[in-house]
Amino acid sequence: MIPAAFDYVRAGSAEEALAALAEHGDEAKLMAGGHSLIPLMRFRLVTPGVVVDVGNIDGDLRGIRVDGDVVRIGALTRHSELEHSTDLAASCPLLAHVASVVGDPSVRHRGTLGGSLAHADPASDLPAAILALGGSLVARGPGGEREIAASDFFTGFLESALAPDELLTEVRVPVSTGGWNYQKFNRRAQDWAIVAVAVSDGGKGVSLVNMGSTPLRATAVEEAVAGGASAAEAAAHAADGTTPPEDLNGDADYRSHLARVLTERALNAAGLA
Amino acid sequence: MAVTEDTTNAGGIGARMLRKEDGKLVTGESKFIDDIHVPGELWMGMVRSTMAHARITSIDTSAAASMPGVHSVLTGAQLADMDLWAAPLPCAWPVTDDMANPPHWPVVPEVVHHVGDIVAVVLADSRYQAADAVEQVIVEYESLPAVASIEQAIADTNLAHTDLSTNKAYTWAIAPDPEGTQAAFDAAAHKVSCRFVQQRLIPAAMEPRGVLAVPSPMGGDITLYSATQVPHILKVMMAATTGIPENMIRVVAPSVGGGFGAKLNINPDESLALVLAHRLGRAVRWTETRSEAAGSTHQGRGQIQHVELASDANGKLTAIRVKIDADMGAYMMLITPGTPLLGSFLYHGVYETPKFSFTCEGWFTNRTPTDAYRGAGRPEASYAIERAMDMLSYEVGIDPIEIRRRNYINGGEPFEMWENPAGIFFDSGHYTPTLDRALEMADVAGLRAEQQARRDAGSSKQLGIGLCTYVEICGLAPSRALGGLKYAAGGWEHSTVRLLPTGKVEVVSGSTPHGQGHETSWSQIIATKMGISPDDVTVLHSDTAKSPLGLDTYGSRSLAVGGVAISMAADKVIEKARLIAAHQFEAAPEDVEFTDGSFSVAGSPSKSVHIQELGFAAFSAHDLPDGMEPNLQEQVSFDPPNFAFPFGTHVAVVEVDEDTGGVELIGYFAVDDCGNQVNPMIVEGQVHGGVVQGAAQALYEIAVYDDDANITNPSLMDYLVPSAAEMPSIVTDSTCTPSTTNPLGVKGVGEAGTIGSAAAVINAVVDALRPHGITDMKMPATPMRVRRAIEAANGGAS
Repeated sequence: MIPAAFDYVRAGSAEEALAALAEHGDEAKLMAGGHSLIPLMRFRLVTPGVVVDVGNIDGDLRGIRVDGDVVRIGALTRHSELEHSTDLAASCPLLAHVASVVGDPSVRHRGTLGGSLAHADPASDLPAAILALGGSLVARGPGGEREIAASDFFTGFLESALAPDELLTEVRVPVSTGGWNYQKFNRRAQDWAIVAVAVSDGGKGVSLVNMGSTPLRATAVEEAVAGGASAAEAAAHAADGTTPPEDLNGDADYRSHLARVLTERALNAAGLA
Repeated sequence: MAVTEDTTNAGGIGARMLRKEDGKLVTGESKFIDDIHVPGELWMGMVRSTMAHARITSIDTSAAASMPGVHSVLTGAQLADMDLWAAPLPCAWPVTDDMANPPHWPVVPEVVHHVGDIVAVVLADSRYQAADAVEQVIVEYESLPAVASIEQAIADTNLAHTDLSTNKAYTWAIAPDPEGTQAAFDAAAHKVSCRFVQQRLIPAAMEPRGVLAVPSPMGGDITLYSATQVPHILKVMMAATTGIPENMIRVVAPSVGGGFGAKLNINPDESLALVLAHRLGRAVRWTETRSEAAGSTHQGRGQIQHVELASDANGKLTAIRVKIDADMGAYMMLITPGTPLLGSFLYHGVYETPKFSFTCEGWFTNRTPTDAYRGAGRPEASYAIERAMDMLSYEVGIDPIEIRRRNYINGGEPFEMWENPAGIFFDSGHYTPTLDRALEMADVAGLRAEQQARRDAGSSKQLGIGLCTYVEICGLAPSRALGGLKYAAGGWEHSTVRLLPTGKVEVVSGSTPHGQGHETSWSQIIATKMGISPDDVTVLHSDTAKSPLGLDTYGSRSLAVGGVAISMAADKVIEKARLIAAHQFEAAPEDVEFTDGSFSVAGSPSKSVHIQELGFAAFSAHDLPDGMEPNLQEQVSFDPPNFAFPFGTHVAVVEVDEDTGGVELIGYFAVDDCGNQVNPMIVEGQVHGGVVQGAAQALYEIAVYDDDANITNPSLMDYLVPSAAEMPSIVTDSTCTPSTTNPLGVKGVGEAGTIGSAAAVINAVVDALRPHGITDMKMPATPMRVRRAIEAANGGAS
């Protein structure tokens, strides 16, 4: 639990952060809330030469704005801000709810939406919400900004489409008030999900937590729903094509079973008969 | 006599007085080991074995030794050559004459015996530098076959210690009548035979262990600060194993953040810090990391239990036969071999049985040593009998409540000094009222109706109701009894009570708090005994310079032994003060009465002096009775005549999600009887924490070792200590059956919650699953395990 030595740069703006990334290259690691990075550093599982702290940048990188049929969320917006935002509760209640079940209150007061997405942990809650909602992510780099669809963002275990010299600045989700639900199954309230399922818009968007090496869209379920299947029929496909991880909490068979049970419950709760 | 709760006295025995300790704790004023620093201190960094069983072939320390801030790097072989130790680390409880006890050196010289065994120690200026250097020490091993489980130990194919001929460490038995026991089984109308696994648990106190040794190079003496439950025992053991004279060693336990038994040991790090500081003339310190603790601090439980019950046609017990295979781990630590035996006398629980047989075999494995963990042998015993009684009730076809009523000692009526089949005497007991009250509080009748309704409706959320009536043995212990069990030390406790010149009282406690609230409870005892305010009492403890004599805190002993010693020392102070008062009154001492803190002459109430006023008279010594020594200071070493036997009934209510296998503990009701209570609020707190720790074993916690004896879940991310969010609001009540063998009538409650709760919770889980024909569930009842059991009971995956 003693991290290796590292240098620390506190960025006052996105530009300063990008400059630090350009200067230090692969040696640098961005830190926002630090609740994913610091534990890894304490176990010496990652040993960045330079930590670039973006957690104190204000302005456009923080806050929630409803802009027509799009909700624009600054990447550094904290989980607790998502949890308690009345604007978000009205425009995208799935995301507000999912934010409220991440970790525990201290995690939610430090962790940021962009940090959670950039960390690309298949066991995290928020990536699944963004996937189910069909959201997108805005990355700013030396060449300017680009928008990446959530479905293209998660590329491997703890890997994303974000380049080493890019910073996430914004997350965009559609205004979505149709039937939604999030079923998170874990043993302790503070834990990552053993399996979780997010459903948006009455079953048009369905995603899975901890059912593979990345956050996953349950495309077989979405297709079944689109084809008129019942909740039970669609949920039977929840584990199709997945390769769930195995650990002390569950082997692949048990996770697949959980995915089917939770998907059926989530679809039912989201209004699909 | 029973003391009812005191609502008038703000701070005497029976009052719900707020804890004196808490202001300092919640404001951060209390100093824990990591808050104490001295100039020039060196940090130890431990190079720990990554192999469970291996011979060290080489250790290259050169890169580490040249790193910034590194003072030195010492291997086990080098340390052995430095002649730092007079003996290996101690085992104080050789339970049999022929028990195997392989040497346990603080740093391994040749062969490692568990993952986490120390192979070299780095000394550096900072903790970070020490951690960096540890990574640069290159150790090469020749792997030896590891014994990774009790089953492998019993097979004896591989040996945990290659210089022993078997993994069996000892066989210990109480079998007064094996033929009669067998005859009872042969004649039984009903029999059950159960195999239970007590999984290994990581104690996980909130504060990790740590140590700081501060030498006085010119004085030759040395102060050892340690996050320990046992400063007095540590001092004796350090002197005995290092050769440093005992009169040169002072041990201080600063504020200690929980122990649960895991801080009662004599550990490699403590010994290392002491000898290195002594040799180098510099302060040496270490604090374990959470993951490191899985290999650096002993674990709890670790047993396979074979329990057989025989009964007549009505479910009345006729015989109990128990065989335990206990995992010692790699070494015999302070009370490793005796820990499973602390439950040996209790495997019949609260039930009368004519025939009783208990056998325990201890086995070495290449895993972290086991030792005492909250309850230490008694939670295992209570679990075994209470689980088995439920299984017998299924067999007989009667309600678990009814089978308990039919078997309670003395028919459930009150008793004193009942001789159990193992030959010990239960001080007092009265079990039926705890059962009745628990059933009433939980509304078990209502819950049964709700359970049936859910079953009838085919709900996926099934209800389970589980019961446990436990008895435990605490108040450790009569010294002669310990001697009979081959425990090396006694079981007395020491106390001094001083009435200071200004009327304040100083209590010196030999038992050592690590969260229990001794300062409050001892103040309350003095307040009642001496008729003064608890605010006028200061308690000195946890420092062998302030409290030179003591046997510390474990086994729910503080109040029943140490608290009684304080009460008796206060009596002696009062008696001496009575002589001074009589002298002032020019009255005969036998005519002087003591009421509410004041002495007066019988029949002439105008003559009165408060005991606090006599402090100065004793101090000035201007006018004391002829021949009386100045000062009011009395001490008592109390050696209890018997153990104490608290008991109670717990009811757990669970909801099992049959689709996921998830178990939620939705209700918990505990009725405990620990005799007279000094502070009911502290009692409730102990019950709350204890219940959670037992429920944690039932539902969450397990130290998982792989086939190579590596622990796979040493961090709190994977080792699931439950939080308040997983627990229901625990409803408590108590009955009061005072102990008959100490003058305060007190028993002990530090471990009771843990002793009652694991069985109650698992009984509830099994109760929920009874319609599937399920009769048992291994701990922890994880969702996957529960779901698999449902699938198996229904002929495969559904």
